[in-house]
Amino acid sequence: MTDLTRLTIAEAREKLGAKEITAVELTDAYLSAIDAANETLNAYVTVTPDKAREMARASDARIAEGKAGALEGIPLGIKDLFGTRDVHTQACSHILDGFKPKYESTVTQNLWNDGAVMLGKLNMDEFAMGSSNETSYYGPVKNPWRANGSNLDLVPGGSSGGSASAVAAFLCAGATATDTGGSIRQPAAFTGTVGIKPTYGRCSRWGVVAFASSLDQAGPIARDVRDAAILLKSMASVDAKDTTSVDLPVPDYEKAIGQSVKGMKIGIPKEYRVDGMPEEIEALWLKGIAWLKEAGAEIVDITLPHTKYALPAYYIVAPAEASSNLARYDGVRYGLRVDGKDIVDMYEKTRAAGFGKEVKRRIMIGTYVLSAGYYDAYYLQAQKVRTLIKRDFELAFDAGVDAILTPATPSSAFGIADEDLAADPVKMYLNDIFTVTVNMAGLPGIAVPAGLDHKGLPLGLQLIGKPFEEETLFKTAHVIEQAAGRFSPKKWW
Amino acid sequence: MSVDLATVKRVAHLARIAVSEEEAQRMMGELNGILGFVEQLGEVDVSGVEPMTSVMPMAMKERDDVVTDGNKADDVVANAPISDRNFFLVPKVVE
Repeated sequence: MTDLTRLTIAEAREKLGAKEITAVELTDAYLSAIDAANETLNAYVTVTPDKAREMARASDARIAEGKAGALEGIPLGIKDLFGTRDVHTQACSHILDGFKPKYESTVTQNLWNDGAVMLGKLNMDEFAMGSSNETSYYGPVKNPWRANGSNLDLVPGGSSGGSASAVAAFLCAGATATDTGGSIRQPAAFTGTVGIKPTYGRCSRWGVVAFASSLDQAGPIARDVRDAAILLKSMASVDAKDTTSVDLPVPDYEKAIGQSVKGMKIGIPKEYRVDGMPEEIEALWLKGIAWLKEAGAEIVDITLPHTKYALPAYYIVAPAEASSNLARYDGVRYGLRVDGKDIVDMYEKTRAAGFGKEVKRRIMIGTYVLSAGYYDAYYLQAQKVRTLIKRDFELAFDAGVDAILTPATPSSAFGIADEDLAADPVKMYLNDIFTVTVNMAGLPGIAVPAGLDHKGLPLGLQLIGKPFEEETLFKTAHVIEQAAGRFSPKKWW
Repeated sequence: MSVDLATVKRVAHLARIAVSEEEAQRMMGELNGILGFVEQLGEVDVSGVEPMTSVMPMAMKERDDVVTDGNKADDVVANAPISDRNFFLVPKVVE
């Protein structure tokens, strides 16, 4: 029998529908794969085999009754940021020690309503703060990709590193992820997978552990563009429990796959040509341009003059919102508690023991920029700059541009415990230089694998779209995928 | 702008994070690195620009002012480190 974990969601859906395979067989195949690989890759922080089998049996029953949902019997991994009822939900932080919510996030509930099966919870950077999955309380995740002829362990990117690693290593059919500054697209690019951050407001944030509320969005990481479209259709919804979720019908994204890009205007922003960017990235970008041109799209040069201010503005807005959101972890209502001589001492000791270095750093920055006397100089200025960043995109779209093509990351995956990056937080932050503008403007962005670098590591391209035009991204990304081919790591784990 | 050691300690206290002398020293360097990085925002001309407050222009949703959830006291305290008869327990606050 062929390895069932190799099936895409679309292929598995077909075989399940035709009763060639059962949901229980498919789930068991993934559980065995996780069993064999997770000790090495560390992609899952909790595996839920009993729940998975129970859900798979229910799926088989529904398939037999002809009542299959859109994701019936499809085994998924869930980022640890999503609240899952009675199951480990810690945002990979020690401060949420032992936390098992009594509720289900809207996004995961939508998936279960459509028949999906939960395999377990995926590793991530603590509170989604990181670009390498090294800030997790549960230790780093390994990228299933290695450079040619090397056995050096590489990071899968972050913060959705567990999601990306699990999808690339065939440890789930697809995964949920979240993106505040690039946390879906950067790990997707580092692992040769497809990741889409939808428009802010497309997926409900209810029940998802909050990092920076005006930037956080959920989205899928998948093996190909079609699977990403299938997953987003189920994840997205209008939700009365999240007032920022937008009241627009969710389109059937899969219908966009295979549509022509003829006559589309693709913008190429000159500001994304940054100093020190490897030539290979530039070459990949040119390849992407050529593929889209060949498919009939028109390429236009555009300018997004405030691009360089997106990352500094992000490092004010995101920590400010995080410092406020993370104030709730006080050792009283849930999670870790370290006793102290009085209540303030208890708070301070709890938070000192519960938060990791990067999280503390960001809470400190956020507290500082929001503190008396600095609000106007930092936070207000950053929010004004954000308006200008958004306006840059609006001007490009008003001039007729349908989508914007950029590199997804300034490099391929780097090594775990890279000393240069560990020594300088700002250097690590630069990983998000191409992705963060999209969050600041609230736009949808997709990362799609486009090739391998000279070391044999995957590189991705990013497409940025107009608000709520995810379909345009799926159809355009599919053209790139068709031209570039698919990329899978050689199994060593 | 840069922060000195006293400011780091003050901010840590505001953030309710206990820091050792050594941590405060390390944080001072890191925070100044980040503050130096974000300094460049000052060069942007923002005269007449409104701060961005929402990603999509939309009116705040309203709903009827009725109880839609509740009677879950056990659930609410289920994850509390210490609770008693559905109360959260904390060290004595008022003498």
